[in-house]
Amino acid sequence: MEGLAWLAAAIAIAFLVLIVWSVARKGASELNLDLLTKGPAVTFLSTAKVGLANAFAGTIVIVGLAIAMALPVGILVAVYLNEFAPASIRNGVSLALDVLNGVPAIVIGIFVYGLFVLGHGQSGLAGSFALACLMLPLVARSTMEVLALVPNSLREAGLGLGIPQWRTTLSIVLPQTIGGIVTGTVLAVARVAGETAPLLFTSSIVGTQTSWNPRHALQSIPVAIFELSESPDPADHARAWAAALVLILFILFASLGGRWLATRSRTRMLSR
Amino acid sequence: MSTTIEPTVRVETTRRQPMPPRERLEAIFQVDGLDAIYSGKTAVKGVSMEIYKNLVTAIIGPSGCGKSTYIRCFNRMNDLIPGFTQTGTIHYHGQDICGSNIDPVAVRRNIGMVFQRPNPFPKSIQDNVAWGLKVLGMKDNLDERVERALTRAALWDEVKDRLKASALSLSGGQQQRLCIARAIAVEPDVVLMDEPASALDPIATQAIEQLMHDLKSEYTFVIVTHNMQQAARVADMTAFFSISQGEEGSRWGELIEYDATEKIFTAPSDKKTEDYVTGRFG
Repeated sequence: MEGLAWLAAAIAIAFLVLIVWSVARKGASELNLDLLTKGPAVTFLSTAKVGLANAFAGTIVIVGLAIAMALPVGILVAVYLNEFAPASIRNGVSLALDVLNGVPAIVIGIFVYGLFVLGHGQSGLAGSFALACLMLPLVARSTMEVLALVPNSLREAGLGLGIPQWRTTLSIVLPQTIGGIVTGTVLAVARVAGETAPLLFTSSIVGTQTSWNPRHALQSIPVAIFELSESPDPADHARAWAAALVLILFILFASLGGRWLATRSRTRMLSR
Repeated sequence: MSTTIEPTVRVETTRRQPMPPRERLEAIFQVDGLDAIYSGKTAVKGVSMEIYKNLVTAIIGPSGCGKSTYIRCFNRMNDLIPGFTQTGTIHYHGQDICGSNIDPVAVRRNIGMVFQRPNPFPKSIQDNVAWGLKVLGMKDNLDERVERALTRAALWDEVKDRLKASALSLSGGQQQRLCIARAIAVEPDVVLMDEPASALDPIATQAIEQLMHDLKSEYTFVIVTHNMQQAARVADMTAFFSISQGEEGSRWGELIEYDATEKIFTAPSDKKTEDYVTGRFG
């Protein structure tokens, strides 16, 4: 039994290693500073198909805005459900969050397409909103989990002093959960940063210009990978692999950074 | 039964001043017909008693007699428990604090609480005391207030050199005294203590009993304890709760006897009290 479990764990890790290794092998040759800092060549006939700066800038903007939208709402939802809502509402909304979490990304994409893109055109903002819809249940659920771990005695301590519940929640309960919220957010970012389907509908018809303006459609790494992989030019395929490698590395470092932040906030909280 | 009672508990009369006659005492709480119910199950039934100002009142009784439930009625702490309801009234300085029109936050502002397990905030020692003061707007002479509260809780000398250290680095007894400092820093009128020494060693217990004794001229203490010696040592008045059984196996806690501590421990009027304080039951 233990051997089987060990084997399963080994298989899981083997897949990860295999994916990272194959992406690294195919993408490393094209991975250079130009890829990150320069935009794609302007003319079709140009041989110098330099970089994907537009995609990296776009992903940073789209994901950043998605965090800005999903994080406060997700935390507030979790705080309401865990600290204030009666059990019936908590169960109902938790179920709704789980269902939202299970909605396929492409359905979210169509939804946002109908909501914002029709009549207004694509934009980075619409893409952000689609990703935020995907992030919201993840952030809310992970925040709820860490809130549930905060001992009730701390809430009672605050209330017993005659301090309003919202103040106790804000100053005593929530700080306990920062590590968990950061971890949950990083995992949510890692999950949505690679989402392609919602962005195809909302932010994919783009030029080669590097833009930071979310009111226009922005290129993004996953959409760039998708488009490059459909190109007849083998050089484009190599750049798709390189972009994939960057995406994987970004997610890897985001996860490690999130964990580091989580540990740091926890030790600081305990030593203070 | 007319056997003489041999008290297993010695009442220390030397430390305690003689009680003034009851009619001269000022009632701070007037409890009338209080029932406490968890989701249809009655935990405490029909309690009526007065709690007097500037005395230490102990609530004793066997496990499961609703002592903790009862003391948490005094500051509406049971409001947090889903499905909890209570009937009857608790008048605090003449005002019924059980009403739905009463803000429980305001009640708790005047009636502080120390819990069974030490529950310091995961903050520094200083901030544990200062945070409540800051939030409640008592920001003048903050350091002085913190020092005074810690001194009164008999903790100052042990922590004055490391006020910025985490409260979680303190021992259990120190943490509990910190919780007491935190509770009295905000200057409540009444301090409720729900088995404050149950998780503490005898020395820390003694420190807490001593500070109750020292502070009762300024505060009113209500303490739940299942340690009879402790009740005998610290309390002026003692209420004995016991478990009653009805038909169909229902059980609830009930107030059996409430009197001066000496009387409860030396000449109780109820047989159940006598059995309990002599150690024949519970």
